[in-house]
Amino acid sequence: MEKNLLAWLPFIPLLGALGAYVFGLKHRPAAGITATVAAVASFAVTVLLVLSLPQNGWNVELFTWMDVRFHTEAGGQDLFVPFAFRFDNLAAIMCLVITGIGSLIHLYSTAYMKGDGSEHRFFCYLNLFLFSMLLLVLGANLPVLFVGWEGVGLCSYLLIGFWFTNANYAAAGRKAFIVNRIGDAAFLIGTFALVKYLDIGSLDFQAIGEKFAAGAGDVLIPSLIGGSSVTLASFVALCLFIGATGKSAQIPLFVWLPDAMAGPTPVSALIHAATMVTAGIYLIARLSPVFAAAPVIMAIVCVVAALTAFIAATIAVVQNDIKKVLAYSTVSQLGFMFLGASSGVVWVGIFHLVTHAFFKACLFLGAGSVIHGCHHEQDMRHLGGLSKYMPITFVTYLISTLAIAGIYPFAGYHSKHAILAALEASPNPILASMSGWLMPLVSLTAGLTAFYMTRSLVLTFFGSYRGHAHPHESPLAMTLPLIVLSIWAIAGGIALEERLPAFVSTVVPTPEWWHPHHASWLESIKHSWIGILGVGLALFIYLGAPAIAANCARLGAPLRKILEGKYFFDEIYQLLIVDPLRRTSNILWSFVDVRVIDGTVNGTAALVEVSGEVGRATQTGDLRHYCLLMFAGSVALLVFYFVL
Amino acid sequence: MMTLGHYLTVATALFTIGAVGVLVRRNAIVMFMCIELMLNAVNLAFVALSKTVGNLDGQIVVFFVMVVAAAEAAVGLAIIISVFRARRSVDTSRTRELRL
Repeated sequence: MEKNLLAWLPFIPLLGALGAYVFGLKHRPAAGITATVAAVASFAVTVLLVLSLPQNGWNVELFTWMDVRFHTEAGGQDLFVPFAFRFDNLAAIMCLVITGIGSLIHLYSTAYMKGDGSEHRFFCYLNLFLFSMLLLVLGANLPVLFVGWEGVGLCSYLLIGFWFTNANYAAAGRKAFIVNRIGDAAFLIGTFALVKYLDIGSLDFQAIGEKFAAGAGDVLIPSLIGGSSVTLASFVALCLFIGATGKSAQIPLFVWLPDAMAGPTPVSALIHAATMVTAGIYLIARLSPVFAAAPVIMAIVCVVAALTAFIAATIAVVQNDIKKVLAYSTVSQLGFMFLGASSGVVWVGIFHLVTHAFFKACLFLGAGSVIHGCHHEQDMRHLGGLSKYMPITFVTYLISTLAIAGIYPFAGYHSKHAILAALEASPNPILASMSGWLMPLVSLTAGLTAFYMTRSLVLTFFGSYRGHAHPHESPLAMTLPLIVLSIWAIAGGIALEERLPAFVSTVVPTPEWWHPHHASWLESIKHSWIGILGVGLALFIYLGAPAIAANCARLGAPLRKILEGKYFFDEIYQLLIVDPLRRTSNILWSFVDVRVIDGTVNGTAALVEVSGEVGRATQTGDLRHYCLLMFAGSVALLVFYFVL
Repeated sequence: MMTLGHYLTVATALFTIGAVGVLVRRNAIVMFMCIELMLNAVNLAFVALSKTVGNLDGQIVVFFVMVVAAAEAAVGLAIIISVFRARRSVDTSRTRELRL
């Protein structure tokens, strides 16, 4: 019975997508209602499944997808891939986050997107996204996960470019999809390496995990560069991590996320804060035996994540658009999640994933509430003083800011502290050798996080209103999700700190060297010093002494230019990759396509035409010419027959 | 003494004259006469060869050829009469409807 329910779970939002479009065509509000009902229904089903979930989880196979088994003893790569779902504790957490926060955001969107005119498309895509994301986390093997992986990329493209009549928004959607695809290519190469070199005829996660835990990842395989060889685990781990950098916006493939703010704010909240971008962490968690067998790659993950977190945090400090601040913040916090996973204690990454989902979704929805209430104003220089006009939005935004700053007892403190502790305690020798600069950098990033978030809080909600609209609080459908999420932002850390590791460790075992340290509330407040410092500094500068900010901007002008230019990642990519590609395409088009291929086809036609004209010359209409030709033909026949 | 060679030479000469006549002459009736000439040249060749080989096969074929020639003459002359009725002339160089 439960297995049936499990098999149907992702298809509830798929049906919802269909219904939202069909019903929404005639009556726009019906789209939002259908989609929200489908989202809530999938949440209810998830809760039901979790409540009766056994220790070992469930496997359910829907149908056989790929069956290429040659039944030979030696040689040939057999492959059997069923379209199957696996519901265990890890998948349960992800599904609860996806459907729970998804439902809240659907409810929010019914008010946010009211009057848009294309609600039927919007809610169809939103439910389609839920379907794809559920496929991703429920997949029992890599191909099914990849179907969901691609699906969320597609929905991200559709939703970022939702208002496609604006060329910039459409371009942002394309950018997201293309950058994602680059990561997907690496993902596929990793999958192919598993098929070829692991040679177990299956891509099932449990099977792969068992093999790698038993040491199958230590075989050497030829690497793609020169004649050197790498271990299978390193190769696969690196390929999958590159795929994860595309989906979860790490260096070098993070450039799509800030542009993705072109989409409606609920999209930013759902896809680019709470769910799709977490797919990379989920992948690492699912295949943690592979990563555990590749400590060098774990160290690379750690370095990339730390750099990403720091760089994104520095960029966020100078942003004026409230959504861009949150976008770079998301990139930075994703870096934190990868840092946690790279230490070897995978559950800390998942813990931060969950707490981040709560407070980041709350922040994005709050920003949407501000945008909605101030008549589509996103620039913080034209906001201010909104605490008077939008009290609920203000309080929830405040709570979530304290959470992301990592101040005890809010949720972000517990997950960030766990990440720092895991990094310090990690026995990975490469990580240990880096800890001299790594730990201060991570702490600095945490402080910066607190600083720029408080800056956005102060610029938006304190002081006096600098805009021209009439701000008002948002309707209940928008404030209710804010309230629910902020409650979780307060209590989520404390509630999950003990339960989550126990829950997840049935799937992803916690390493033996990890000893959680139980701190008293006084010690915890002391540990939050960097967050408190960041918040305090921002309050001091932006509330009390704004001249300091102006002076810093003037004195540090060259640094500010780099930060405002986002370290010129986009410009470098444009110069090194996009422009040469464009020029190559142009040459291929103007020469190969137009001159060679079209020339061949058109030339063949011209040849036929010319030969027709030549043949026409024999058709004179004169009977005697025809007689002559007949005669000549028969003479030729006789000659050929008798002489040759 | 008349040998086979003499007969075949005459037959070839007649055939050639007939062929050239078909190609060169413009009057349709004269063209027909040349066709008949070609057919008769072939008949002569068949009979001469039949006498040389010793059996009657060639002479039987001559009968067939004569039948065909007669039928063809009938049909051809009917066509010429229709063409003449349409354009008051049997000059073949004037019929150019088949020209593209």
